[in-house]
Amino acid sequence: MTVEKKEILQQLQKDLLVLQGFKTPLGEVAVDLKLGPVTDSFPNKTFPVAAMHEFLSTEPEQASATSGFITGLLNGLMQQGKACVWISTKRTLFPPALKFFGVEPDQIIFIDLQNEKDLLWTMEEALKCEGLAAVVGEINNISFTASRRLQLAVEQSRVTGFLLRHNARQLTTIACVARWKINPLPTELTDSMPGVGFPRWHVELLKIRNGQPGHWQMEWSGGSFQPVYKIIPAIKIKSIRKAG
Amino acid sequence: MPKRFIAIWFRHLVTDWLIIKKPALQTIPFVFAAPDHGRMRITAASTIAQKQGIYTGMMLADARALLPGLEVFDDKPARAEQLLKGIAAFCIRYTPIAAIDPPDGIILDISGCAHLWGGERPYLAEVITRLKSKGYTLRAAIGDTIGIAWAIARFGKETAIIERGNNAHALLALPPAALRLPMQTIERLQKLGFYQIGRFINMPRSALRRRFGDELLCRMDQALGSKEEALQPFQAVVIYQERLPCMEPIVTATGITIALQRLLGSICQRLQQEEKGMRTASFTGYRTDGKIIQVAIGTNRPSHNTRHLFKLFEPRIDSIEPAMGIELFILDATKVEVLPAGQQKIWVGSCGIEDQGLAELLDRIANRMGAASIHRYIPDEHYWPERSIKEATTLQEKANTPWQTDRRRPTQVLPKPEPIEVTAPVPDYPPMLFRYKNKLHKIKKADGPERIEREWWLEEGAHRDYYYVEDEEGGRYWLFRLGHYTAAKTQQWFIHGFFA
Repeated sequence: MTVEKKEILQQLQKDLLVLQGFKTPLGEVAVDLKLGPVTDSFPNKTFPVAAMHEFLSTEPEQASATSGFITGLLNGLMQQGKACVWISTKRTLFPPALKFFGVEPDQIIFIDLQNEKDLLWTMEEALKCEGLAAVVGEINNISFTASRRLQLAVEQSRVTGFLLRHNARQLTTIACVARWKINPLPTELTDSMPGVGFPRWHVELLKIRNGQPGHWQMEWSGGSFQPVYKIIPAIKIKSIRKAG
Repeated sequence: MPKRFIAIWFRHLVTDWLIIKKPALQTIPFVFAAPDHGRMRITAASTIAQKQGIYTGMMLADARALLPGLEVFDDKPARAEQLLKGIAAFCIRYTPIAAIDPPDGIILDISGCAHLWGGERPYLAEVITRLKSKGYTLRAAIGDTIGIAWAIARFGKETAIIERGNNAHALLALPPAALRLPMQTIERLQKLGFYQIGRFINMPRSALRRRFGDELLCRMDQALGSKEEALQPFQAVVIYQERLPCMEPIVTATGITIALQRLLGSICQRLQQEEKGMRTASFTGYRTDGKIIQVAIGTNRPSHNTRHLFKLFEPRIDSIEPAMGIELFILDATKVEVLPAGQQKIWVGSCGIEDQGLAELLDRIANRMGAASIHRYIPDEHYWPERSIKEATTLQEKANTPWQTDRRRPTQVLPKPEPIEVTAPVPDYPPMLFRYKNKLHKIKKADGPERIEREWWLEEGAHRDYYYVEDEEGGRYWLFRLGHYTAAKTQQWFIHGFFA
């Protein structure tokens, strides 16, 4: 009886998602990004592709950790030689580093522009290009209308979009499916060996549409994300200035 | 642009060809003969046969009487022309415009080509040696006009290259036959004692016309360059151009859009049939007030996709100013490349770096933001971080070396290393703490040093000792010390990047 109830509940939850506008098109294979416990927070327990993801950062260390985390996600998305477009106005990303996260740097097209207005146009055009693995845009300020245009574009083309917002002036709501924040954490090597260990992050999923927000500690080792269950005292990073 | 021509004269075209085909004939006298009024007449004689008194136009029976061991081959009427066409096709490598000059010559329009071989002299030498190595006997000359090049190739004694504007002087000493005249005119000139062109070139034109006809004057003018002579290229340069004349002058953007779409439609259809695609195109409008307006586009790879090409032109339509109206539209595909028909896909699945959709996206971005904004990187064989990547010139370019993974590299690199204040305990040890942008970082963990030497053959300066450090908050940095540690001077430390 309880088993039956559980099944009914699961079915109802799925139906609810469809009613809320969350659709999985026929024939689309769910991409497994090997995010471990994070996956449970997503609607339908699959990483939302064909959606806009927003990443917040204030310090260069955070920005660096964020680009590392995104590269880890790209590793899963860029399977079968798919290409990716990385758009920015002041790019500091160092392509050889992407190889450590399993991404071929020569499969990424970098577009360096002068201002954010051009960036928005380019980003929208790129998001409309079907078949791309992902489009990453480094933009500081974006209006709700502009973000909605991007979200509409990805729903059509099924491309995943990442917005890297470094030092955003205003943290207003924008039309993104998820809002993330990645902070670097001190690394640890087994048996307290000297040296720096695998990159470790405090991953915060601040907002997720139809899902459960949460925070986890993750590590990039052995070519994939590994959850860290050992509790490390949270570190203080300057809280983001809230304007208005 | 002033024109330059090469005339090549094959002295024994047909016989040379047969010797190339059958090397055994090199030592045997042989002739080509064709029936003429019921008799066999010799049409070409080999060098050895000519030395023994046999000439072109002789009756075969007479020649046989003179030389009983003579080999005879049947001549085909269009053989010489066919051979010349083959050689002209070979000469396309030297110039796009090559023409045949039957019965025994080739004319090349070499305007603007010679500098590619380092000047006219090496260019001419290259043409002559290449053709000679095939086994042809030939003479060639360069001149301002077809006439002068022809004359010098056949009758010139001093130099094979006639400098610009030197035509008249070069012609003076040549016989009248150098003017490409009919036999009767040459005979008449010789009867009157005109053995050199210099003897009659300055005579009153009316007198020359009365005695020798218009043709002599025409040929003289052509050789001197005062009269234009058309060259009929043996392979015409294909032009991809569409025209759209308008009944009424077009003044609206909608009208221009329709014109552009129509022209694109017809040119793309033609390109598609010929399995070609355009790389650059220009759209020209001729205004009623006599002005010409033009917009141009370029693509990353050949395309004959009307929709895509229109999208490239679309943002430029606003910049076309019709003023009083445009009466003629011309669309030129200025650069066309081969584009094999690809297989159609039902599903647009994965989109690799060589995908058409991506190429079209990049075209649109390049047209709007400039091609300089698009970058793609491949590894370069340098350890120096700034030089470890190089920009790929094309989307298809493959990396020659694999990406280095044995050393950790930061995800973010500062455009220029920034100096930091550091407290380092012992030489060659990582620093204990450093100050960057007024923030103190206490280093907890560190890896290194990784010494990277400056490449002395590229630039001078000290080496760098890189450290991968982590502070107590978990920030990971890439620091380096410039040069060796010396107690005397303070060390120069820099921050170069941030790790993930």
